[in-house]
Amino acid sequence: MPVTPVLTARWKVPGIWTLDTFVDNGGYDSVRAAFDLGPDAIIKMVKDSGLRGRGGAGFPTGMKWSFIPQGDGKPHYLVINADEGEPGTCKDAPLMMTDPHSLIEGIIVASYAVRANRAFVYVRGELVHAARRLRNAVAEAYRAGYLGRDILGSGFDLDLVIHSGAGAYICGEETALLDSLEGRRGQPRLRPPFPATHGLYNSPTVVNNVETIASVPFIVNHGVEWFRSMGTEKSPGPKIYSLSGHVTRPGQYEAPMGTTLRELLEMAGGIRGGRQLKAWTPGGSSTPMLTAEHLDVPLDFDGVQAAGSLLGTAALMIMDDTVDMLKVVRRLTQFYAHESCGKCTPCREGTTWMVQILSRMERGHGDPSDVNTLTDACDNIFGRAFCALADGAVSPIVSGIKHFPEEFAAAAKPRPDVAAAAEAAGPALAGAH
Amino acid sequence: MVEVSPVTAGPFSDELRAAALEIVARYPAGRQRSALLPMLHLVQSAEGCVTAEGVDFCARTIGITAAEVSAVATFYTMYKRRPVGDWLVSICTNLSCALLGGQEVYDRISKKLGVGHDQTTEDGQITLEHAECLAACDYAPVMTVNYEFYDGVDEASAEAIVDALARGERPMPTRGGPLCTFAEVSRQLAGFEDPRPEGVAGAGFLEPSVVGLTVAEQDGWQGEIAHTDRNGGPAGPAPGGYAVPATAPADGARSGTAPSSSGPPASAASTTPASDAATKTLAAPAANKTEGA
Repeated sequence: MPVTPVLTARWKVPGIWTLDTFVDNGGYDSVRAAFDLGPDAIIKMVKDSGLRGRGGAGFPTGMKWSFIPQGDGKPHYLVINADEGEPGTCKDAPLMMTDPHSLIEGIIVASYAVRANRAFVYVRGELVHAARRLRNAVAEAYRAGYLGRDILGSGFDLDLVIHSGAGAYICGEETALLDSLEGRRGQPRLRPPFPATHGLYNSPTVVNNVETIASVPFIVNHGVEWFRSMGTEKSPGPKIYSLSGHVTRPGQYEAPMGTTLRELLEMAGGIRGGRQLKAWTPGGSSTPMLTAEHLDVPLDFDGVQAAGSLLGTAALMIMDDTVDMLKVVRRLTQFYAHESCGKCTPCREGTTWMVQILSRMERGHGDPSDVNTLTDACDNIFGRAFCALADGAVSPIVSGIKHFPEEFAAAAKPRPDVAAAAEAAGPALAGAH
Repeated sequence: MVEVSPVTAGPFSDELRAAALEIVARYPAGRQRSALLPMLHLVQSAEGCVTAEGVDFCARTIGITAAEVSAVATFYTMYKRRPVGDWLVSICTNLSCALLGGQEVYDRISKKLGVGHDQTTEDGQITLEHAECLAACDYAPVMTVNYEFYDGVDEASAEAIVDALARGERPMPTRGGPLCTFAEVSRQLAGFEDPRPEGVAGAGFLEPSVVGLTVAEQDGWQGEIAHTDRNGGPAGPAPGGYAVPATAPADGARSGTAPSSSGPPASAASTTPASDAATKTLAAPAANKTEGA
């Protein structure tokens, strides 16, 4: 399967982040086309294209847009989720950095389709470099008449604000993001009602990922059939696969949905240092780990699910045969303990206790009951919280125990030699939160 | 809805008060609470952290209680309750970075500076923190200084960056604009444009961001997609046929290998990461285990 740069195709063009260069390379063409087509035709097009959300959940984008009530007299909002922070995920930051106007172009088309006159990009606080380029691009777009009143004489108005977050992974969850954008602690809301009817300021709101929205202009420009010519029946289109970890050439590889890890590794020069693949995540730390048995799983939404994991953000963290799975799982669990917003008891308490158990095991003080305790705790966390952070938090543990039971069993007993070495090395969580 | 009113008391300048009202104006009428996150960044630009006066300033500007502001300020990692040093050094220790030695980088810098997480050196220059994933996993291990990226660091290059900071220099980040102060970057986080032209014009990417594109070029992919339009889709220019120099530099003024006029070069992320000896933290004691699958 070839690489198919679409969203990434312009990234090397010098100065593509400036409006003039962007327009010279076909930028904003889809805005004019969209105004000719009309909002309903665009929603239909996006529906027919089969585009599914690239932020992790894979929800059909056109369907999400069609849930927005029309003629309800309420303001509608488009909110872009650019709070990229899932470990392994690193695709939206380079998109916003290299080709910021492509996101703005998608925002204009999407806002027009769902009749939103205000849009926000909630960009992760730490990504100052990308926010800077975005703000510059927004200012350029206003000056050129692509944003503001009566865009290109269409009668359509759109205001766009780039809103920087302040460091909270949970704000990547769409309802937590909305609360955060309203100036509150970023904690998820109970659903239903869903954002499509009760979103930002209790008004109809579409929340979409950066990559999703950046895909829209290409669909408008090149058509549904073109988009469906890539990828699989149920997951059409190109996808940015992000490879990191023990891989020879880490980075962004845009390829058709359904490309396999074996194919991606071939492009990326294989496992670093000629070592063997031990484990990998197909879509970030919240997606259950897979192993070398899964090299040929088609990496689309359904293919990965059939293999017992999730495509997530297609963030492939590659681990070779030198890694200690207990340490990997402990580190990821620490992340969830730190990022749990504290709203739901199973997630808040469970992640914290599991870090303690895993750390104790790692320091040589394991107990034969530990694996069962961890499994039980995971059972009582999964599905028992407001949002998917809790489900994600148990993924590393459950999949780690499933694929590498012998490593966990070996640590589930007192190991005096390991304990002595850990004692000599100092405190377990030096510098940790 | 509570009316927005300019705050006239407190330690904040007229300019800052005007900036706060400018933030409020970005959001729909009656929705001024949305201004809170940017306004807390603005407070940090003036105070170096979120002070009690800053909380009060936000509360009065927006028309909510100080308790409501505090509840928000204490939720987010980037709001600091103690003054941050001139340079906030954040080192990622999450998985992709840890696989390539991120924890060792953190440990080395922590030992060197004699401070732990969220602590500041005695001279007030450097605040250290270990960061959760910074969305640059393909550039691992990464560190940031005042949120500017230094990609593909190792223990030595990270130490050299910190040494340069201690000497009063501003080593060039590998991507993005030149380093600015915590006050300046906080102002940008509050939603104000970077006044420096070089802030936006810095390098946009190194090889990892475009490595797939490079593969496509080598495979002669460009334009091919137009021919694969087998289902009678609209004709016209397909994406892919963009003019790109044979050897693509970063899209800014600099090439992508971390040049620096005032400090040490960070090791370039565009090179293949070090030998697997860098894998320490997460490595099993005996590194030659058979495949675990």
